[in-house]
Amino acid sequence: MSDIPFRDVDLEEDEAGPSTAEANYLEERFSLWSWLTTTDHKRIGILYLISTTFFFFIGGAAAVLIRLELFTPAGDLLTDDGYNKVFTLHGVVMVWFFLVPVIPSVLGNFLIPLMLGAKDLAFPRLNLASWYLNIIGGGFAVWAMLAGGVDTGWTFYTPYSTAFANSHVSLTAIGVFISGFSTIATGVNMIVTVHTMRPAGMGWFRMPLFVWAIYATSLIMLLSTPVLAIVLTLLITERLLGLGIFNPEYGGDPILFQHLFWFYSHPAVYIMILPGMGVVTEVITCFARRRVFGYKAMVYALLAIAVIGFFVWGHHMFTSGQSMYASLTFSFLSFIVAVPSAIKVFNWTATLYRGQITFEASMLYAMGFVGLFTMGGLTGLFLASVPVDLHMHDTYFVVAHFHYIMVGGMVSAFFAGLHFWWPKITGRMYPETAARIAAMLMFFGFNLTFFPQFILGNIGMPRRYHAYPDEFQVWHVLSSAGAVILAAAYLMPLFYLAWSLIWGRKAGRNPWRAHGLEWQTTSPPPKHNFLANPDVSGDVYAYHPRRNPRDE
Amino acid sequence: MGEIEIILPQASVEAGSTDGKLLGLIIISSLITLLVAGLVGIFAIRYRKGSKASRGRLPAWFDSDLELGWTLATGGLFVAIFAWAASQDFALAVPPQRATEVHAVGKQWMWKIEHPGGQREINELHLPVGETIDLVLNSQDVIHSFYIPAFRLKQDVVPGHTTRMRIRPTRTGTYRLFCAEYCGSEHSAMIGRVVVLSKEAYADWLSIQPEGDDLSTEGRQLFVSRGCAGCHEGSSKVRAPRLEGVFGGPVPLADGRTVTADDAYIRDSILQPKKDVVAGFAPIMPSFAGALDEGELVALTAYIRSLGRRDATATGGTP
Repeated sequence: MSDIPFRDVDLEEDEAGPSTAEANYLEERFSLWSWLTTTDHKRIGILYLISTTFFFFIGGAAAVLIRLELFTPAGDLLTDDGYNKVFTLHGVVMVWFFLVPVIPSVLGNFLIPLMLGAKDLAFPRLNLASWYLNIIGGGFAVWAMLAGGVDTGWTFYTPYSTAFANSHVSLTAIGVFISGFSTIATGVNMIVTVHTMRPAGMGWFRMPLFVWAIYATSLIMLLSTPVLAIVLTLLITERLLGLGIFNPEYGGDPILFQHLFWFYSHPAVYIMILPGMGVVTEVITCFARRRVFGYKAMVYALLAIAVIGFFVWGHHMFTSGQSMYASLTFSFLSFIVAVPSAIKVFNWTATLYRGQITFEASMLYAMGFVGLFTMGGLTGLFLASVPVDLHMHDTYFVVAHFHYIMVGGMVSAFFAGLHFWWPKITGRMYPETAARIAAMLMFFGFNLTFFPQFILGNIGMPRRYHAYPDEFQVWHVLSSAGAVILAAAYLMPLFYLAWSLIWGRKAGRNPWRAHGLEWQTTSPPPKHNFLANPDVSGDVYAYHPRRNPRDE
Repeated sequence: MGEIEIILPQASVEAGSTDGKLLGLIIISSLITLLVAGLVGIFAIRYRKGSKASRGRLPAWFDSDLELGWTLATGGLFVAIFAWAASQDFALAVPPQRATEVHAVGKQWMWKIEHPGGQREINELHLPVGETIDLVLNSQDVIHSFYIPAFRLKQDVVPGHTTRMRIRPTRTGTYRLFCAEYCGSEHSAMIGRVVVLSKEAYADWLSIQPEGDDLSTEGRQLFVSRGCAGCHEGSSKVRAPRLEGVFGGPVPLADGRTVTADDAYIRDSILQPKKDVVAGFAPIMPSFAGALDEGELVALTAYIRSLGRRDATATGGTP
């Protein structure tokens, strides 16, 4: 084992790598049974990659149907109930079975122990149980879909969901309920791992920002997901047993549901974006060859978002009839939570300054993330302003806003991370040109799909409309055209990444000359991650020498 | 008239100031986006690998002070935007003065409108320009949301709650009315029109509507036919409180609290009579939940309100 000169700024790519005594984690055992019973965090990461990819394409197929239906003003492709079921399916699957698990459970699972120099997560069997809970929950959602679907929207607003919907609400809610335990277990596992599995020398403020991002995310998962479990339990109880909790006919209050639901679901938005911020930080520093600008500010920004994110839920309820004073309080806090997000954007930008920038596919995705996340965040300020929200709430402006965060942000970040760590995960290089084309197509297709929706919202087009008045059509046509490009771009990685598994060039241990501990081991890593104890004395962002003590 | 305008007009007192905020936000966020995208683009080109740009020692200003600077700058900017946006709303937080009330009931999948004179409409709302109208909103089933893009206003209509929306149209014309909260199969068909007429045209419109009983007359009929009068009227003073003069005033309760007899109290007393029992009376009234639909509740409440007003007039209050 040759020692990698970790602190050397001009770290050379280690092409071949010496033959290893221990088989890598992929070749350790081959049977299906060995995969389904594995407690290796890397293999569980692969299991999650397969399941989230499956759910992404189910949710994506629903999105294609939505955009096809909205191509014309008349509701001519689907029935009204059919359309309502399709957008509900899209939301439920994308939120709980793709966006929430995708980065923490695929990349987080694979990378957290490697980045910390640990052999595995703190609770390997709980980790496997998380995956089973996630796919059992997903199984219920798919069962509900095959049995005829559910038509409440992913928000399950009462009393529609408890007393009026004639679709498989309980089945879907049970699926989401079960997957919530998967989220909680993942959160516990990550938190305990970060607290207890760091080797001597790996202090809190030496951890990569990706680890910090997963840590902050896990805190939210642990604290907010139980509220989702409670609200879904109440919902199922009311629906099946007729107890009056939310239904005013039995003395309940529909607004109570909204408070509980958004007390989970707004923090859940940060579950869905903080991990992306972590990925982008690792990618930008590597391809700009720069130390991250303001490491500590980046850490505190992540934690601030995680904490303040719990106190802004009422901005989803400005039109619900809540007191104007409550609305203004939530409005103020929503503006405050935007400040740490702005810090992150400016720090990523400043990290590029005086770099040696190259434009691998991961970097293109990361730069796209910075732009799209900025737009998504700024349009959030529109919705945090009470008077503007009274106009924009429940219109396409909201749809565009959260897709800029979720798809433009989180999905871009996932692809950035998937490409960045693909050589580490599989030991193979993906074809760079195809990947760059896909990245640019995604950026273009995304903007063409969702930018027109800002305009639609501005001129009053409500969400969740199966048919719509003619004056909105031109923007819907543009949006649907963009969706075709976006769908094609999403299919590309499926093919070239699969291709690379067999024909891809073998990756060395560190094809990007990056400075994380995960790059010190072989690609793919051996079963126990490191053959020798990793050298944790280096600086994880030592891409350029620290000349000035104030230069973080 | 009758043609719906495609370009979204500003047709209420709020529309202009909301659009002002919107324009301000568009300008500010475009500038920030251009700044970020511009810097990313410039750095990406200037500091691409192998370019000749200098990578010498970082300038002294490029450190954590810079970070503190943009944190404070964005923080200040965001708080300023908040304050500017919030300044519009304080008027809404003031308790509403009495304005003309128009009742709207949302149900799957239509809007039923009742004017104070008893005129009824479905999926259409005629309003006089320049007058302040309180829309009193109830839902008969699930949550709906009353949305008029040309007014830049929407208000959720929540079953079990009475929500209010104060509107003051400033421009005659015909505008779209949408349901903005997903409410089931035909949510996207729950749309209608708001017709803002000049005051004269509105008076003409009212006069040619079929003669309907006004709300409180209808409520009076229900009051008798549903048996309310049996206890709340005549000589049976012992069993139930009389309702004349009650509306708008304080009501002492059996548990020592005092509440104000507003729309919500009257409504609750009909649906959940054991919740707030008037001092000196036994909790013997049955609940009418499920026995009355939203329209009937609105009418009964209007009748009880009219009893309160008559009393106020008699004692020299404003008519």
